Amino acid sequence: MKSINNTGGQKLSLTAEIVSLLGRIFLAAGIPLIAFYVLYLGFIFLRDSNAPRAVIALTAILWGVGGVAVLYWIFNDIVERLPDPWKSRLLPFVFVGPAMAILAWYLAIPTLRTFWISLFDRNGPSEGLNLFQQLTSDSFVGLNNYVAVFTESLMREAFRNNLLWIIFGSTFSVVFGLIIAVLADRSRIEKTAKSLIFLPMAISFVGASIIWNFIYEYRPAGQPQVGLLNTLVTSLGGQPQAWPQWVTISPWNNLFLIVIVVWLQAGYAMVLFSAALKGIPEEILEASRIDGANEFQIFFQIMIPSIRGTIISVWTTIVIFTLKIFDVVWVMTGGQFGTHVIATQFYRQAFTNRNSGFGAAIAIVLLIAVIPVMYYNLKQFREREAFQ
Amino acid sequence: MNSGKRQKFLGGLFVNGTLLLLVILWTIPTLGIFVSSFRNRNDIAVSGWWNIFPHREWKVTREIDPAAAGLNPDGIMEVEGVSGTFDEFRAGLSTPDGERLRWVGNKRLGRIQVEEQVWTVSWNFTLDNYRQVLGGQNFEFTKPDGTVEVVPGDNMSGAFLNSLAVTVPSTVIPILIAAFAAYAFAWMTFPGRRTMFIMVVALLVVPLQIALVPILRDYRALNLNGTFLAIWLAHTGFGLALATYLLYNYISSLPRDILESAFIDGASHFTVFTRLILPLSVPALASFAIFQFLWVWNDYLVALIFLGGNPEFELVTQRMAAIIGARGQDWHLLTAGAFVSMLLPLAVFFGLQRYFVRGLLAGSVKG
Repeated sequence: MKSINNTGGQKLSLTAEIVSLLGRIFLAAGIPLIAFYVLYLGFIFLRDSNAPRAVIALTAILWGVGGVAVLYWIFNDIVERLPDPWKSRLLPFVFVGPAMAILAWYLAIPTLRTFWISLFDRNGPSEGLNLFQQLTSDSFVGLNNYVAVFTESLMREAFRNNLLWIIFGSTFSVVFGLIIAVLADRSRIEKTAKSLIFLPMAISFVGASIIWNFIYEYRPAGQPQVGLLNTLVTSLGGQPQAWPQWVTISPWNNLFLIVIVVWLQAGYAMVLFSAALKGIPEEILEASRIDGANEFQIFFQIMIPSIRGTIISVWTTIVIFTLKIFDVVWVMTGGQFGTHVIATQFYRQAFTNRNSGFGAAIAIVLLIAVIPVMYYNLKQFREREAFQ
Repeated sequence: MNSGKRQKFLGGLFVNGTLLLLVILWTIPTLGIFVSSFRNRNDIAVSGWWNIFPHREWKVTREIDPAAAGLNPDGIMEVEGVSGTFDEFRAGLSTPDGERLRWVGNKRLGRIQVEEQVWTVSWNFTLDNYRQVLGGQNFEFTKPDGTVEVVPGDNMSGAFLNSLAVTVPSTVIPILIAAFAAYAFAWMTFPGRRTMFIMVVALLVVPLQIALVPILRDYRALNLNGTFLAIWLAHTGFGLALATYLLYNYISSLPRDILESAFIDGASHFTVFTRLILPLSVPALASFAIFQFLWVWNDYLVALIFLGGNPEFELVTQRMAAIIGARGQDWHLLTAGAFVSMLLPLAVFFGLQRYFVRGLLAGSVKG
């Protein structure tokens, strides 16, 4: 892909190089900084005002969205007024700079900062010291936080549970998604069925937690049960249970939480599989039917191999998703009853216990866990070579 | 041929039957809270929501006074052709004509109720639950015995507005910024273009947990915690990689000739971007917007950390989580509240399902 705009190509003098570099940096960092400052002033004003909530909300929306748009317009206008070579040197940075600066501030640099924090004790590196002083200060603990991450008993429980989440959560979502996609493909109620299965994707985890808490609602034996599951169980002669809180069967009580995510994610898997299945040429299926293959053979020997790529990518996505699962566990059990996962431990350590070092170490472990996927994405990107 | 038809019919029955079963399984949880949110709070506390469907219930038709009937609770009693001990009567004994006899109360002062099974529905619907959940002030509730109880409202409407004030800019700002960047990646050359894009791709799957500790430190230093701005910027940062990536994929696939002719006519990049590219990219913008909207609206973790300290700016998800924590047994509130929180996402979902599916197929899955 070639640019439409020609940069000229002639060699620049060293001063011009330096000036253009400075200009680019200024544009990349300047736009977000000025935007930030303008928005910040507006916010201090909003925070201190006593206007009705609806007015504040509306002003906030207009201020935020409008402010950002206007800044792009102003900066573009300024750069447009520059002489041509400067314009083509600087203009791309008006466009791309803010995005890169924000990404750097919010994701790229924090990975390094979090790693740095993870080498220190609960208060993190103390401010106002230089690098050497920080490394020799008492708060520097080296890799001790990582040792704790892998040895503390609650952390081990969290790793075990997260493994259950990853294995059962992703497998069941994929299996149900696949079954529903295949069935819906041959059914007359395809559209309605898909919409209804897909619907939970719009529901928040907190909402889903309420929905499922209501199903698991527990009343002591003898009282009328209002939860669906316990009503079924008692009508079959069983004992009512507070399912996710049922410690006796730990760690399998985690399955009652995992069900929620399967309920939410199967729709996602279904949509992707459905699209992939529709991509299989009808002739192949027809030909194998004529050759006498039954539906199960077609499913296992033709459909599954032809959508293997989609299955793997859906699987990976749900694995990453369950790796970071937080809301459901936090709202349903708060991590009690043997249901802690890595992300709830992260929250507990970093924010409840205010142990930044430990929390940061857990976050780094999460990051390391997704590195294979990151590597794969980059490899895919290189192979596509859409970019020169 | 006939057996072939039969097989086809059976196959269709199996396919549709299984699918229907799965659809019902998937729908029941949501249906349960939807129905319950309209039921009277006393009904919710003692009976399941499925009682709105016709079912058989025992109803007392008349009572027998054991003393007047000359019964001795210590021995074997015979009533209406049924005999049994006190304990058996207490558990309930059925008569040959389908009635049930039950001893209510203690041995000395109790009485025997004759009950009969009748078909009934529990259709005592109300909007009170919604009134209490949405209201910010006190809410008066009249109990069945006539006493009035004053309970505080849950102020979901305030939380709803807050959620809106957080969600709209958190959706629009990253789209705007990402669209500019995607345009630059697709149609401009500049040094570092490839490196920057590799950064975008690499950051796609980075878990946002990695950023929370350092960003919270920055926010404390800037005195930003608990403001809308803090959470807008956070959602912008966390959604930007995916937004740039998706929009780049779309914008770079637009036909080049349109742009070239625009440039020949002397249009600037900014004009081409705002007049040509943005309108052409509406499908991609819409599908990402839906995702980011749902993601931000349903988010709990980011709000908990960056808005957690300020009860005035509580969002819908935080409000709900707080009700679960404080009054987890008050199902009339939880069900109504859950439904309020789902209202907007469901409307967006049903209204824009086409774009939603398209976004999913394009890879809208966040790190």
